Amino acid sequence: MQSPVKYLSRKGWHQTAIIAIIGGIYVFGSWILNFDNLNGLLAIPKAFAWLGVNFRPNANTMEYLPRILQKLIQTVLLAIASTVVAAIISIFVALLGSKVTGINGFVQTIVRGIASFFRNIPLVAWSMILLFSFKQSDFTGFLALLLMSIGYLIRAFMEIIEDEASETMLALKATGASYFQVIFQAVLPQILPSILSWILYMIENNVRDATLVGILTGTGIGFIFDIYYKSFRFDAAGMTVLAIIFVVIALEIISNQIRKVIL
Amino acid sequence: MLEVKSLEKSYEKDKPALTDISFDIKPGTFVAIIGPSGAGKTTILRSLNQLIKDDGGQILLDGHDIRTANKTELRKYRRQIGMVFQNYNLVERLTVIENVLHGRLGYKSTLAGVFGRYTQAEKEEAMSLLKKVGLENFALQRCSELSGGQKQRVGIARSLIQHPKVILCDEPIASLDPASAQNVMELLKDLTEEYNLICIANLHQINMAKKYADQIIGIRKGHLVFDENADMLSEDILKTLYDQDITKELE
Repeated sequence: MQSPVKYLSRKGWHQTAIIAIIGGIYVFGSWILNFDNLNGLLAIPKAFAWLGVNFRPNANTMEYLPRILQKLIQTVLLAIASTVVAAIISIFVALLGSKVTGINGFVQTIVRGIASFFRNIPLVAWSMILLFSFKQSDFTGFLALLLMSIGYLIRAFMEIIEDEASETMLALKATGASYFQVIFQAVLPQILPSILSWILYMIENNVRDATLVGILTGTGIGFIFDIYYKSFRFDAAGMTVLAIIFVVIALEIISNQIRKVIL
Repeated sequence: MLEVKSLEKSYEKDKPALTDISFDIKPGTFVAIIGPSGAGKTTILRSLNQLIKDDGGQILLDGHDIRTANKTELRKYRRQIGMVFQNYNLVERLTVIENVLHGRLGYKSTLAGVFGRYTQAEKEEAMSLLKKVGLENFALQRCSELSGGQKQRVGIARSLIQHPKVILCDEPIASLDPASAQNVMELLKDLTEEYNLICIANLHQINMAKKYADQIIGIRKGHLVFDENADMLSEDILKTLYDQDITKELE
């Protein structure tokens, strides 16, 4: 048996070694890439100063505001729509694929495969691929967000079902309840708060992602940001970014309030 | 009458969890199954309503073998067998009365059950059972707001509304404080007499088993080593059952 003193000193030594290794990797990486740490650091304040000067909205920027707001609302609605549709699809697929409510091992593997396929293709790639088939339209953006959300939500919902519903499910099964009775009377009511919490998170996330998708698919708030930016109207681009930040923070506050009520 | 004959089960090949378990229980009997952790108590209990599929033997409820039942028949047997769990296994977000009514699902058509349509008679019975377990004022509260002892009494009401012949209790008092535990055991004992039930409880508390049970079944490493009236449980038997002298821990 090892003495506690020896164990603790060894543990301390391990921690030091790990920190040294991480530091070493950084230094080695900088050397390979010819990255100048000092100048990089010094450039940060300058970069922010430039941002502050050029991207600051001014009095003239206000004329862009109605158009920005219109596109922003469109984008938020798109994010909500894609998340809700994704959630409805995901809940059924997750019920088929989870270990406790699933049909059999084969279906479970398939569902896990589908979820991981949708999740592991980057959003950017989805947008570009779908752009060819569905052209430059809101529907392309909707579809890209939908597929990505489905990938995440199936996985999350399956874990929620497995963590939270298995015990009540067992109890109702023991009363002689049928499969669908168990699903609707035990599983769904039990997991509802966690599911809603995930949907709210996904909506926040999708509003942010919708901006990027918009740049790529030429729709929504991302599209006008792209236009303003590329035509050197930096003040309007800055205004767009501020508007996005404002909406995302507002959504977060709202969804935290909703969570407080339902949980 | 519940008759178990030569019940066998193994989770891994050549590592039997249960070997040749046989016992009879008459209606109106409160039975405690005792034994060390991992002896196979839960496996026995869950085989009795086939939540665990055993490998061999017979389980006869009033002469009908539960083990050979098909899916529809099994639903009919299960609704005659209530179950009470260590962690209560209620739908915490639903109200007390909704959880009690869940006990009726086995009697309903799938559609009526899915939408939670219960008859007036069922609702009235749920209320009278809540009165019986002392929770009539909690009917519309969410289960998440109840204490452990109260939750367990909801669980018992849920099993009673099934009109069961048998109630299986898997460690019913393991998560409860001593006062609530006494309360739940007394309730189970009274109900067993009142409804002429077969009540089978897995217990870790030997003093509780001695105090409340009519019949005690001792399981050790998957073998039945004791099946007698509760007053026949001696220190010698406890020693063989638990491989050590635990009588000091009683009281």
